[in-house]
Amino acid sequence: MNRILSIVSTSLAWALGILWLFPLLYAIWASIHPSEFVTRFELFAPLTLDNFREAWNQAPFLRYMINTVAITMLILGGQLILCTLAAYALARMEFKGRALVFALVLMQLMVVPEILIVENYQTLAGLKLIDTYWGVGLPYFASAFGIFLLRQTFKTVPEDLENAARVEGCSLLGTIWHIYVPLAKPTYLAFSLVSISYHWNNFLWPLVVTNTEKSRPLTVGMSIFGAPESGVDWAVISAGTLISVGPLLIVFILFQRQFVQSFMQAGIK
Amino acid sequence: MNNTTRQIQAWLLLLPALCLLAAFTHYPVIRTVWRSFAGSGVRMSDTLHLDNYRYLLEDEVLLQVLSNSFWYAAITVPVSIALAIAMALWVNTKLRGVGLLRLAYFTPTLLPMISVANIWLFFYSTEIGLLNNILGYFGADAVNWLGDPDISLYSLMAMTIWKEAGFFMIFYLAALQTISPDLYHAAALENASRWTIFKRITFPLLMPTTLFVLVNAILNAFKLVDHLFILTKGGPNNSSNLLLYYIFENAFSFFDTAYASALTVLLLIILVFLALLQFGVLEKRVHYR
Repeated sequence: MNRILSIVSTSLAWALGILWLFPLLYAIWASIHPSEFVTRFELFAPLTLDNFREAWNQAPFLRYMINTVAITMLILGGQLILCTLAAYALARMEFKGRALVFALVLMQLMVVPEILIVENYQTLAGLKLIDTYWGVGLPYFASAFGIFLLRQTFKTVPEDLENAARVEGCSLLGTIWHIYVPLAKPTYLAFSLVSISYHWNNFLWPLVVTNTEKSRPLTVGMSIFGAPESGVDWAVISAGTLISVGPLLIVFILFQRQFVQSFMQAGIK
Repeated sequence: MNNTTRQIQAWLLLLPALCLLAAFTHYPVIRTVWRSFAGSGVRMSDTLHLDNYRYLLEDEVLLQVLSNSFWYAAITVPVSIALAIAMALWVNTKLRGVGLLRLAYFTPTLLPMISVANIWLFFYSTEIGLLNNILGYFGADAVNWLGDPDISLYSLMAMTIWKEAGFFMIFYLAALQTISPDLYHAAALENASRWTIFKRITFPLLMPTTLFVLVNAILNAFKLVDHLFILTKGGPNNSSNLLLYYIFENAFSFFDTAYASALTVLLLIILVFLALLQFGVLEKRVHYR
């Protein structure tokens, strides 16, 4: 009885796994065959790379990709700096109103910037930052999640280390840089991976704030590319989709273990 | 070092983050509330009024949107959570190929909603779509997955569950690894069945995680509308429209910023309610018994 249950359970697990991978596997199938094989599954259907060539020519993927990388890196850089400074102050410094400040920070965990698209759009229009990398990135710089995560980590650093550094004449910023940052490396890695995958995939806010190829990221580009009005066929759309997810997917497969562990670590807090 | 310098230093460290938080979270919340009372259309009027809220109460589309959002959360959240638990249990064993299985479950989480929605659009398309092709193979009639008002919302749900379950699995996986193996050894000595072990040991110990995932899943159900842009655009006839998408439509397609603000206030109230639920009532009750 237990044996049968085991086999059933294992088969279910794999069936679900195949189902979960299916859309991706299907996109691969459709993209490497001529379009008449989109729904005809023949093992020896002729292979082709034309769909990729076509997709690449139909949309400025290179430009989109550069934009996405630039936006993601800009946000990550801003987040790492701002969150480190704020997290240290919240973890290790006594000052009036600390609890209130922390509560105001945590508010952003619930009220994420994309919910406030109407007002944030107005603000950025006022700053003349519409259709720029900074416009897409700025609302995400002060990440409550990052501040929270780093604060938790900084709290575990032994205070003796800090005191020793102080005695040696290390400045405040020097202490953060030489003592806290190196000890929090795993947290930085975890936060970075979560942040990169979030902003690589983010859509609604970039859609609102970008107007042209100048700053449009891959996700917004894909929404225009895939629109039925633009009349591309499915094989080409599949190829375009793979181009847009390719870089992140390759990085993910290479660093699978770190990714899963990072998400886990970020999840436990 | 004296106390005052230390205080000033603390505020200087916090300054950049707090300025940006204020500019993009706190100030816009206040502005939204203000605009919902003082705005009409894209302009601000001179007096405070309740026109936007009056319209909100009469808006039949909103009623439909709220009912959609409710069912969308009520179905996708429990199903994703159940699947996530099952996935975590499978992946946490010593089965052969567990790495590959974990990769399969987690991949949808990592792919941009917008890009994969294009693939799902093809699955769902009426004429040449894959699902209808399969149905046709078995001699069944074609289904209008995205064009039928009775079905479109469910088609969206299917994709959401596919996208979210693997993400929640991660949290359960993390929680499972903190459960002491001693408990399972003890259960094995007692000859407990798999179901009893799950019901008496695993599930109760996963309760704090379930709470955390539950609140985040409901939150996501309100925040995640990317696939609507590709699959249905909220249609047909608003049958698959969700609150955040409706806000977007009002603000950027109908140019009724004031009404969009009133709707945002409604969304904020829902979020605050969820936050209170998480930090207040539930957190106290769900801890280890």
